[in-house]
Amino acid sequence: MDTKAKSKKAGAADKEIGRETRLELFRLQVELRYCEKRAYDLFLQNLIKGTSHLSLGQEAIAAAFGVAMRPDDWTFCTYRGHAHTLARGASMAGVLGELMGRQCGLLGGKGGSMHLTDVKKGAMGSYAIIGAHLPVAAGAAWSAQYRGTEQVAVCFFGDGTTNIGAFHEALNFAAVWKLPVIFVCENNLYMEYTPISAVTAVKHPAADRASAYGLESIVLDGNDADEVYRTAVQYMTRARKGGGPALIEAVTYRHSGHSRADPAKYRPEGELEKWLERDPVKVYRERLLGLGFTEGTLKDIEDGTMRKVEEATAIAKASPLPSVGDIEKNVWADGGAAWRN
Amino acid sequence: MAELTYRDAVAAGIAQEMARDERVVFLGEDVAHAGGVFKATVGLLEKFGPKRVRDCPISEQAILGAAMGAAMTGLRPIAEIMFSDFLAVCWDIVANEIAKMRYMTNGQITLPLVIRTANGAGSRFGAQHSQSVENWAMAVPGIKVVAPAFPADVKGLLAAAVRDPDPVLFFEQKSLYAMKGDVPDGEYVDVLGEAKVLREGRDCTVVALAAMVHRSLAAAEILEKEHGISCTVVDVRSLVPLDTQTILSEVVKTGRLVTVEENPRLCGWGAEIASIVADECFWDLDGPIVRITTPHVPLPSADELEDNTIPSVDRIVKTIREKVD
Repeated sequence: MDTKAKSKKAGAADKEIGRETRLELFRLQVELRYCEKRAYDLFLQNLIKGTSHLSLGQEAIAAAFGVAMRPDDWTFCTYRGHAHTLARGASMAGVLGELMGRQCGLLGGKGGSMHLTDVKKGAMGSYAIIGAHLPVAAGAAWSAQYRGTEQVAVCFFGDGTTNIGAFHEALNFAAVWKLPVIFVCENNLYMEYTPISAVTAVKHPAADRASAYGLESIVLDGNDADEVYRTAVQYMTRARKGGGPALIEAVTYRHSGHSRADPAKYRPEGELEKWLERDPVKVYRERLLGLGFTEGTLKDIEDGTMRKVEEATAIAKASPLPSVGDIEKNVWADGGAAWRN
Repeated sequence: MAELTYRDAVAAGIAQEMARDERVVFLGEDVAHAGGVFKATVGLLEKFGPKRVRDCPISEQAILGAAMGAAMTGLRPIAEIMFSDFLAVCWDIVANEIAKMRYMTNGQITLPLVIRTANGAGSRFGAQHSQSVENWAMAVPGIKVVAPAFPADVKGLLAAAVRDPDPVLFFEQKSLYAMKGDVPDGEYVDVLGEAKVLREGRDCTVVALAAMVHRSLAAAEILEKEHGISCTVVDVRSLVPLDTQTILSEVVKTGRLVTVEENPRLCGWGAEIASIVADECFWDLDGPIVRITTPHVPLPSADELEDNTIPSVDRIVKTIREKVD
């Protein structure tokens, strides 16, 4: 992986990231990790049905953007979106409750794992059709541009998305209209079960396409929360000032399979182990210790986060099932589902 | 009242709403500088400027995705898909995203947007530029579906669609663009979900949409004058929401239902109306329900073939004489 060599020197890269920010980057990564692990445990207990796509190993990207974004910025993410939604401050009980099909779920049980949304927190939806949300994020950015609010839309997606038409339509559209949208490709090396390199004409599925839309080629280490954070700040700041979109390829790795059904047997021996050494949460913890943060400080964060996960789990488990009466609610803005008089 | 063409009524409706509400923006391919390939949006760029009236690349997913993203963040976009056939290339955005977003988020996201599109046959454009695809839209919960037949309805229903808090697919019949009709002056807003009874008769209730409304009216005239068959003609105007009460009460009065659809046979909107009528006023019927449709074929291009595929005035007259008389 030559991501270090290819990564851009971010404008703010040399500025020290503040200690509070570093602790928040750590805390958020720990939260995303612990909650995702809890989701996995709840699957094994058969308390979560359907499918689910875990972000274990990819937390640095969602966390870094979560910390870098303004509260009124917008997140658009994929079906692998638990982390990105939580990173905007969505209720953990709401997330776990939704996964478990409970009334307390963010979507009242109507969306499930693949559609987590919390509009009040700027989490504008998780989209389960590959590529669909890239033009939608561009549209939100257009709205910000039109109203002059300096809000930014951040759109997360996987490497596989770079081969679908909507990716290219959205990139061109956003570039031509100079929209304040940051497209973040989380390149975890696999398009579902297939190595992305086996199905893509270029080495870097997002960054090598950037020039086609007049955008910079940006590849960075997606397992380094500091690097992602600096890059996020740099390009979001530029976008707020009318500098247009950016396409960022953050190279990372998912520790588990594509979805619940996937044991990930297609991975070559030793690959997972190599990436586990670069586990973003572990790497960041070591970095903070090296920077003089105490073991006690970090342990407190971890313990506090685990308590939060336990509390959220308890709330979700105690929450009633959704009401059958909700089935014909909320198709329309009037709250109902009537299609005839 | 002013006499406007159907195409001018489109521009008039959009202009009325853009003048009223700064959140209303308009985007599509060739809609701004060129004024639309059907010249239905001429003058909007000059009136409202390039910030609000925007030309787009040939990227239907981007166009509708952008409309959706803008709608969920406070704007009220009107997006044009040049030909309704092209909805197929952005159907994911329509059917999976726009239609489902409100429901899936349990009401967190509302999408006040309008997708305008030129629909239907009559221009010899062949199977990829002449379809009537309102049935596709009607089959997806979460989108309203409107198809006006008259210039006044174009303006009034378009205004209503823009003001509606839910996504509306607005089908303009391309063979009607040149048609003239009286349109109320000043601000004019109609109501979505109301069918109109255009002609009252005793023997048969004909339910039609868009271009088929005009053919049904012409057929009713001939049937009355030449064959003594008296027809009620109902213009559905809106498939979702569907004004079943008007349809049911008009069917009860005559005891017969004939639907006239430009669409291919299978799963046409007329089948749904037939089903509702069969369910809810079967004992008021004096004979079988009749559906007049396009055969279940892609639409051919040559004059002779297209004219004999889409229900014509002659076919409507002949069918009603055979089946209803």
